[in-house]
Order: sequence, then C-alpha cells, then structure tokens
Amino acid sequence: MKIGNTFFIGLVVGALWALIYSVVLSVFAMLVTGDVIVPDIGNAMAGGAVGAGFYLLTPVARREELWLPVSAVIAFVVFWLMQKATGVSVVATSVQVLTWVGIFLTSAVSWHLCFHDMRAERQGRYQLEVILIRVMKGFGFVFFTIIVMLPFYVMLMTSLKSQQSLLANPLDLSINIWQDPKTLFRSYIELFTDYRFGLFLLNSAMVSVATVVITLLFSIPGAYAVSRLKFPGQAVLSRSILLIYMVPAIVLVIPLYAVFSQLGLRNTLIGLIVVYPATTIPVAVYMLQGYFRGLPYELEEAGLMDGLSRLGVILKITLPLSLPAIASVSLYIFMIAWNEFLFAFMFLDDPDIFTLSRGVQSLNSSEIPRQHLMAGAVIATVPVLVLFLWFERFLVAGLTAGSVKG
Amino acid sequence: MNTGTPPKGRGPLGKSEMLLAYSMILPTLLIVLSIVLLPLLANFWISFKPVQLGDLRAPSVISNERIRPTPEAVGDTAEISYRLRNSSQKGAITGIELSDDFPAGLSLAGELDSRCQLQENSLRCELGEYEPGYRETLKIPVRAEQGYIDQPVNPRDSKPQIAGTADNILTNNKFTLENFRKVFSASEFWTVLRVSLYYTVFGTLGALIFGLFAAQLLSTTFPGRGLLRGFFLFPYVAPVIAVAFAWVLLLDAGPGGTLNAILLKIGAVDGPINFLGQRAVPISFFGMTLEFPVALTTVISFEVWRYFPLSFLFILARMQSMSSETYEAAEIDGASPLQQFWYISLPQLAGILAVLFLLRFIWTFNKFDDIFLLTGGAAGTRTLTVDVYEQAFAVSNLGAGAAVAVVVFIVLLLSALLFFKYSPQDDG
Repeated sequence: MKIGNTFFIGLVVGALWALIYSVVLSVFAMLVTGDVIVPDIGNAMAGGAVGAGFYLLTPVARREELWLPVSAVIAFVVFWLMQKATGVSVVATSVQVLTWVGIFLTSAVSWHLCFHDMRAERQGRYQLEVILIRVMKGFGFVFFTIIVMLPFYVMLMTSLKSQQSLLANPLDLSINIWQDPKTLFRSYIELFTDYRFGLFLLNSAMVSVATVVITLLFSIPGAYAVSRLKFPGQAVLSRSILLIYMVPAIVLVIPLYAVFSQLGLRNTLIGLIVVYPATTIPVAVYMLQGYFRGLPYELEEAGLMDGLSRLGVILKITLPLSLPAIASVSLYIFMIAWNEFLFAFMFLDDPDIFTLSRGVQSLNSSEIPRQHLMAGAVIATVPVLVLFLWFERFLVAGLTAGSVKG
Repeated sequence: MNTGTPPKGRGPLGKSEMLLAYSMILPTLLIVLSIVLLPLLANFWISFKPVQLGDLRAPSVISNERIRPTPEAVGDTAEISYRLRNSSQKGAITGIELSDDFPAGLSLAGELDSRCQLQENSLRCELGEYEPGYRETLKIPVRAEQGYIDQPVNPRDSKPQIAGTADNILTNNKFTLENFRKVFSASEFWTVLRVSLYYTVFGTLGALIFGLFAAQLLSTTFPGRGLLRGFFLFPYVAPVIAVAFAWVLLLDAGPGGTLNAILLKIGAVDGPINFLGQRAVPISFFGMTLEFPVALTTVISFEVWRYFPLSFLFILARMQSMSSETYEAAEIDGASPLQQFWYISLPQLAGILAVLFLLRFIWTFNKFDDIFLLTGGAAGTRTLTVDVYEQAFAVSNLGAGAAVAVVVFIVLLLSALLFFKYSPQDDG
C-alpha cells in the first residue's frame, strides 16, 4: 500500500479527535459523577493518531466490521503505554477507565465517519476537501450540541441541588434521582409555597393569552385589508408595517413609563396588556399578510359571486384556510409575551401582579440561594419549550414565511 | 381608432371596498400610533425637558390632621390642626381648596381662619397658592359639646378633600438643551457609543457566521435531523431571564461557577476568570500589548449564542429551497466541495444574509435585556441602551435618558439608511 498525504492528514485528524473527545468526555464525566478526571491530553492525542493511522491502513472493504473496534483498542493501548512511559497515570478509578474507553470509542466512530471510504495514499484536492468538510461537520455537531446544552443542563441540575453541596463541589452536578421527591424538588416546592410562583405563572399565562387574543383581533382584519383590498396607501402600509418593529423598546420605555405613571396604568397588568399587543401587532400583520397573499384569490371571488359579503368571505373562506398561519402567529406572539422582560421589569412593582420574568428577576439577590433562582428559571422556561416542541413545525414555517423578530 | 380607456376614479364598488379597508385597518393603526409612534415623538419631547423621575408624581398638597388636647369634659377647648405642605420642591400649586367634614359634637370656639367658611357640618377653605415646598398649619379652635363626650369622633376619620391645580412637568412649556449638553459632554459617552458598535457589529457577524455554520450541518438529511433542529433553536426560544441567569451561574467567578471550576480542575487556568466582571486583560502579542476586553467579549458571546438560531433557521430554509441540479452540474464539471459552497451556495444565500444582517444589526443595537441581566452595564459593557436605563432610572434623570434614547434612534436610522443604500439586491 502506498502511503501519501491522506495518511498524514489521518494522523493529525486522529490526534485532533482525541483532543476534542478527551476534553469533552472528561468534563462530561466530571459533571455527571462529580469525580475529578484530568484529561491527559498529550498521550490521548498520541493514542488517537496511532489508532486513526492504523484504521487508514486497513483495506476499505474490511473497515466496517472488525477493524473499527480493533483500531480503537490499539489507540487505547498506545495511550496506556504512553502513560506508563511518562509516569503519569490518570486511569485509576472505574469512572476514569470508562471515560477513557468512551473517549477512544467515540474517536473511532469519528475516524469512521471521516475516512470510511478513504485510502492512505496520495489524494487530490477534491478528496482532501471532503475530509476537511467531514471533520468540520463533526466538530460542528459536538460544538453546537455542547454550547446549546450546557447552560440548560447547569440550570436544571443546579435547581435540584442543595446549597451546601453546590458550594462544596460546584462541578458535582450529579443528582440522586431516587431520593425523596420532597428533598429533590425542595426549591420548586419553596418557590410555589413561599414565593408565590403559582401566582406568577397564572399572571404570565393571563397576560400572554390576552396579548395573543388582542393581537389576533387587531391584526387579522388589518392584514386582510392590506393584502386583499385596494385602497390609497395600501402599498406604503404593507411595506412600512414592519418598520414599526424596528423601533427600540428602550426608546418607548421612558415616555410610556412617564405617561402610564400619570394615568395610573403603570403598576398594573392592564398596562402590560396594552403595551404588548401594540408591539406584536405589526409582526402579526406582516406574517399574516404574507400568508393571505399566498391563498388563491379565486376561492374568495367564488364566495363573493355566490353572494357572501366581504365579512362572510373572511369568516367562512379566508380564516379556515389560514388556520395554520394563525396558529403559528399565535404561538410566536405567545412566546414574545411570555418571555418579555423590559416592560415587566419597568412597570411592575407589586408582587401580586408579577409575571414570571419579573418574578425570576426578583429572585436575583444575594439573600436568595441560587438553586431557587435556577428553579425559577426552569419554571419560566419549561412551558414555552414544551409549547415550542409541540408545535415546532408550525412555528418554524411561520417564522420563516414572514421573517421576524429578535 | 377606438381605444378603450379604463374608467378614472373609483366606482361605487371601489369606494365601498376602500371604506371597508379603512375600517379594518383603523384599529391597528390607532393602537400602533398611540403606543409606538406617539411615545417615539414623546421621547423627543421629553429629551428637551428638565424632568426628573421624581417629577412624575404631580405636586399635591399633603395634609396631616389632628385634635389636641383631647377634650374630656363638656366645655373643654381644643384645637383641630391641619398640617399642610406642598409635596413638590419644584412646582407651585394654585387654587387650593380644602373641604372636610366638621366633627359632630364640636363647636367653634373662636375666630375661624379668614380663608375658611363653616357651613352646617362642612368646612371649606380656599387656601390660594402654595409655593414649592411651602408648608403651613391651619388651626381651628373648638369646644366640646355633650354629643362629643358621648360619642367621641376622631377628626382623622374623615379625610379632607384637597383640590388644586399644578403645572404638569410633562406638558408645560419649559424646555432645555441641558440634557443633550450633559450627554455629549460626558467623557464616557464616546466609550459607550464605541462599546455599542463593537457589541452590535461582532454580535451580528457572530450570529450570522454561527448560523451559517449550523445550517451547513443540517443541510443534508439524516435520522434525528428534525430533533436536532428543534434543539438548536432552544437558546432563542427560552426566556432571556432564564438563560441569562444560567450563564451568570455558569460563568460565575466565585465558588459555584461551573466553567471556572472546570478550568481550574483540568489545570487550564491558575485562578478563576471573572468573565462578567473584568474589564480587560493585557495580552502580549509579538511584543505588542493589547487590552483584551473580557466582559464585553462574554456579552457578545451570549448574544451570538442566543441569536445564532434565528439566522440558522432562515439560512436553512433558504438552502432547502435551492435546486440540487446546479450542484449536480458542478459535480460533473469537477467543482470541489468548497468551490461548490463558495460559488454556488454563498451567492444564493447573499440575499438572505444581507436581510439577516440588517435585521440582526438593528435588533442587536436595540438590545437591552441581555447586557442588563448579565453585567448591568459594568466592566466596560455599557451600551447606549443600558445607558438610557442608567440615566433615566438609576440616576433618575428622565430627560437625560430620553436624550440618550434619541441618540439610539438616530444611529439606528442612519445605519438603516446606509444599509438600504449599499445593500445587495434581495433575491429571496
């Protein structure tokens, strides 16, 4: 077999994967078990390079079956020998052994994904770019999964810990799920009993639902008029409606604070229910008008011919046809209202009418243990994530159809 | 030659359609006008007014009423006194009228203040004008009758009604340029503006690049792709309050910060890094020392983390609408994968990338919550939007806050105009 550039690239890539996985899996094992596992990066990279090199030297046809685990074992053995030679031994406890086995198995899977159809010989630009892209993609999957997951993982696990164990070892995010649920969920129980999170949850739900209903009541006729009826100013309106959405909330907050204070609307939920729809209606109109335009006008004309009035057409033809769009707009508006922080923070002083955002913010004090803060964060996050996962298809279609907010 | 000309103007049908359209769009226009456009104008108005947070409570007369000494027998004399003051140190109150129930069982025992009248059981006083901060005590001598001894009434039980008109600080015609002078002369203003621009530009570019990268990952089909797509959207969907505090906990420099604990344990750093509290660290780079802004980089990373899903979603949608034929043709012509990406994918994505850049630029520039929750604007992360809050509510100078908000709006307008002038034509 000829040995060419691909083989050397394989060595580098093998070392690289060993580096990535030894850091990632060691940290993961630390977070899950609480044991300290210091990754021996140098030796791991040597093992990875040898394993990947060996894998590349085996014939392409035979890689699927036996040679993948064999090269993983070779990598592990090289790693272990290197450790003996350098005199450091970090493979002692069973957790550590398991971690290192995991590191080289996942490494081997990555070699397979990158090189399963590659030969060790010299190859041209096309093949090298294919390898580069595979490596980048693999790295991307690991990277994005970790950065997306880590904050949520920390949030959830911290909310289930006790103050003492958190301070004793901040890395130990392991949870004994078999313990008494009353101790496991003590932060949540305290939030609902002592900190009135049930009420906040109710307030948030009320404000969000009211915002959705009001937004739809205003935006459906508005979007219909803009997309279907002819009137002077139609073009300007349909183009400028989204511009309204570019106006920063922070510019509105001072005048609204001033005026609402004087009108006595500031420290009320009504105040929020007035402000939220005003900021969401433009987006809703924009999203809905795009959808209405896409509906075949012939259907509506047929309705008009058959003697329906305009309102009849809207109620009996347009609305039933646009239910998916209305669902996605509703969800999106619900999310905006549920997650809104600035106005809730500026307007609400009275704990009786706190929304969840405001309630969680009030937990951010040095006197309140941080697992309470994280439990509050989980309570605020779960409903909206559940809704999102449930209706993801709708939401994704709606978001991209109508181009949207930040 | 007989060419038909279309009828000019609107027929009756057209007119009724127009009316219907206006009536359908009017409520939307009204609410948007009153909650978005009017406040926008009001913000300009406030920025020219010398108004403090405390001025929002309109000046009013505060009264404290009591009877001394407490009469114990018929014929005892006592004094009902109203201690009155103007609550405001700034605004005068004019045309003050006090009216109160005169306690039953008491009778007048001397001269009534010349400004007051006692009719039946009601007391009315026309007190005229109170200067800012003015205070006085209104005294009414009384004598106890049998009725009072039998059934003592505390004069406090009936609250006096006090009417008066005060200048409303928001609507009077006092104007000043002081707010703008203060904003522009502050040495930190230019720093704040620069931080805002760094935050916006790097946050926007980061979110776009990460979004593009993530979209490439999911552009081919494989099992679990739908799930992963939903998962990648989590940072965008979750409430800012929750994820911001999770990051604070993750990056905490004290005991309990997860990331610092990890870095310390695996020996990557000697001491904890104060990600959110440290302004800058010097970095030697080929003999040059650069100040690397730690906290600013952290908040930019948060911005990128939270908003890459949005760009990802749009780019992915655009990629899925591309035809595969171009790629097949390129493949036959021997184009390498990177060439295909560079010469086929990217040009088709240029439109959506430009639109996303504009939208994200504007929204990042507008962003307040994220930085406010992460650092509160400390350690060199104060952007213009955080400055609006600081000026208006932390320093309690509404006028100055509004002046900064005007700057925010103008910068936004300028960048939008610039963008529209130089943007590539959108094809999607």
